Amino acid sequence: MIYMETLKKTCLYDSHIALGAQMSPFGGFMMPIRYSDIIGEHNAVRTHCGMFDVSHMGEIFISGPDARDLVNHIFTNDVSSLPPGKILYGMMLYPDGGVVDDLLVYGMPGSQTFLLVVNAANIGKDYEWICKAAGGRNAEISDKSDEYGQIALQGPDSERIASDVLGFDLSDLVFYTFKETVFDGQPVLASRSGYTGEDGFEFYAAPETVRKIWSALLEAKVVPCGLGCRDTLRFEVGLPLYGHELGPDISPIEAGLGMFVKLDKPDFIGKEAVEKLKAAGLTRKLVGIELADKAIPRAGYPVEADGRQIGTVTTGYNSISTGKSVCMAFVEMQYSEPGTAVEIRIRKKTFPGTVCKKRFYDKKYRK
Amino acid sequence: MTMSKIIEGLLYSESHEWVKVDGDAATIGITDFAQKSMGNIVYVDMPEEDDEVSCGEEFGAIESVKAASDLYSPVSGTVTDRNGDLDDEPGLLNRDPYSNWIIKVKMDDPSEVGTLMDAAAYEAFLAAQA
Repeated sequence: MIYMETLKKTCLYDSHIALGAQMSPFGGFMMPIRYSDIIGEHNAVRTHCGMFDVSHMGEIFISGPDARDLVNHIFTNDVSSLPPGKILYGMMLYPDGGVVDDLLVYGMPGSQTFLLVVNAANIGKDYEWICKAAGGRNAEISDKSDEYGQIALQGPDSERIASDVLGFDLSDLVFYTFKETVFDGQPVLASRSGYTGEDGFEFYAAPETVRKIWSALLEAKVVPCGLGCRDTLRFEVGLPLYGHELGPDISPIEAGLGMFVKLDKPDFIGKEAVEKLKAAGLTRKLVGIELADKAIPRAGYPVEADGRQIGTVTTGYNSISTGKSVCMAFVEMQYSEPGTAVEIRIRKKTFPGTVCKKRFYDKKYRK
Repeated sequence: MTMSKIIEGLLYSESHEWVKVDGDAATIGITDFAQKSMGNIVYVDMPEEDDEVSCGEEFGAIESVKAASDLYSPVSGTVTDRNGDLDDEPGLLNRDPYSNWIIKVKMDDPSEVGTLMDAAAYEAFLAAQA
């Protein structure tokens, strides 16, 4: 089937244009890649604070008497005792163990409602998947992505700036918890979470309120940051991106995300496949690779050893925080031990590299 | 993006390289438009001295944070020099793309540069792309 997809705009699109951002399609939206330069924006988040328009992310609500049972049925992590105000990360799997999407699940007030925050490109697919998986369960599933904008405020100064500029007291929130607060008389969901490896928050609100929060932060000289540095930041701390380190043909176990797959839960879609893979043993694994040279391994480049291709790069950069050229890559198990010598083919040459852990920079979360 | 700087007296290719011609010697770099579109340049993949380059063929690449962009040679000939400063400080191409050249080439056929654009033609070319 052929259909035309028009790119969507987030509620902050006009501001991005006014700020002169370089715009590019991402996940079905026209999104800002950078406002000035990626290195400056990256460093602002690592050392001080930066803000991102992440309104493209999807918000799917599941509520009703069987909501918790449904979430547990589709989600690899265990929400059976998730209280209101807490967040869990995990995945939805296909029966064959491949990943439908990775997502956050927020336990909402009243204990019968859950907010699923999903990747922009997967909103429609996820919504249909959940509806299909619901069976006869008494739960209402609604895609409210268009009713919510989202801003991520990230970096060590985030808590102070949220307090000084927005009047939010978030000092009582620990990592992966959230609360309802108010800006300009309108409700805002504020969570201590993010995708940069730094302390920080994500604010969900109606588009009009999101625009007001964004303007207030801009006025306070908070650095607007594009998706360019969002990717360099998440990459350095080893966080996966759907379509690169996760996808329909990748098991979360191969991606090193087993801790988010709760095999002691009674049942969830894909559980059997994960158990089978664990029993049979992995054939490949996601690793880090550090190059001696500054040439940059990009997604899709072959990883070689013993004169043949033994893997493929999923994401790679010259790390802004460390200056080293590093990548994440899926490699055959026998080459996955840290210290293993491999080569990466970059254009016409191969460059020597060493397998290492896939966290190139330490996370600075406030636990 | 703000207006891109164009220098009189240089020749320009459609793939945004500039050439300074002096007899059969060509000095090659990338234009201000190219560095602005790429953003922070973090690695320059250059040929070595005595390597051959061919007109219209790829001779290296510029890596920005996000992506690699191939470099295309506007002339054919032999590389006589490479700008080693770019190995340590590729960001020089962002700061001043016209004084920081990439390679120097001894041209096989200096008449080849006849197909390149002068400053006015390159300005019109950029305007047509916007």
